[in-house]
Amino acid sequence: MSDEMGYQGEVVKRFMYVNRKAPYGTIYALENLETVLIAAAFDQDVSVVFVDDGVYQLKKGQDTKGIGMKNFSPTFRALDDYDVEKLYVEKESLEARGLTAEELVVPVEVVSTEELREIMAQQDVVLSC
Amino acid sequence: MLHTVNKSPFERNTLQSCLRLAQKGSAVLLIEDGVYGALSGTAHAGEIADRMDDFSFYVLGPDIAARGLGESPLIEGVQVVDYGGFVDLVAEHEVTNAWL
Amino acid sequence: MTYEYNGTVVETDEEGYITDISLWTRELAEFIAKDENIEMSNDHWEVVNFLRDYYEEYQIAPAVRVLIKAIKKSLGTDKGNSKYLYELFPYGPAKQACKIAGLPKPTGCI
Repeated sequence: MSDEMGYQGEVVKRFMYVNRKAPYGTIYALENLETVLIAAAFDQDVSVVFVDDGVYQLKKGQDTKGIGMKNFSPTFRALDDYDVEKLYVEKESLEARGLTAEELVVPVEVVSTEELREIMAQQDVVLSC
Repeated sequence: MLHTVNKSPFERNTLQSCLRLAQKGSAVLLIEDGVYGALSGTAHAGEIADRMDDFSFYVLGPDIAARGLGESPLIEGVQVVDYGGFVDLVAEHEVTNAWL
Repeated sequence: MTYEYNGTVVETDEEGYITDISLWTRELAEFIAKDENIEMSNDHWEVVNFLRDYYEEYQIAPAVRVLIKAIKKSLGTDKGNSKYLYELFPYGPAKQACKIAGLPKPTGCI
């Protein structure tokens, strides 16, 4: 594995967070997002993947007032400030749900299953949920 | 990479997604409710049986026994491991991806 | 923990961050600041207001590095640097200013 050194000399690892669950039915999506922000605050090389129902986390127009939960979809737009720039959405998952990249809250890189498989294989740490 | 799957293929698409996104040559270990995917003769058995050339499949014995499946036939080629074998698999692979 | 001011009681977590952000008022901010030995100036308010706007837009209290970068982007390098912000908020521009702004502890602070 090709660990490189960060600006303060710490080892930087490639962390991939794989989101597979829709946003509000379980706590996984929110918890995973918080973990992403913490990893990013520690200057790790973070990428975030959305497959299966995970793509629903990025759907525009979420309004959670009626269910008494925090709408965390705006936080995906803060990822850029945290230098998390690699957001991948699996094309097949998106299309299977009748969605397009234009309906998502942030710009993402839409990748094929094949491409995603390659990117996943290059990681030091993969955290799926 | 070692992939672990802990959900039944009858309830979730976890196994399907794992097998879709894992690279050929990976090891796949079925644990907890994931062990139902290792049984032969079920409606989902083909998902593993058809990918025998691509992956090495393992299943955690104690989880099989706990579910009353100790005598049930497994898909041919799936290897049963105990907790020690689980640890060995984790140690043999640089990265472990736990599919939930 | 609680803050009591003007006859109002506001609950906080064990570190002094208020638990219901809708109860925040400017008076409460002044009160928390005093508790932190900070006299609120216009410069302090600028940062506190910036944080509240950031939270409103992104639903998150930014980590200090992110805050500095974001302030630099919108208010310029005179203010978007750690020296300036630590002078205003000696115990950490993100942690301390978030507390005064009535926001949760920044994500990424352990």
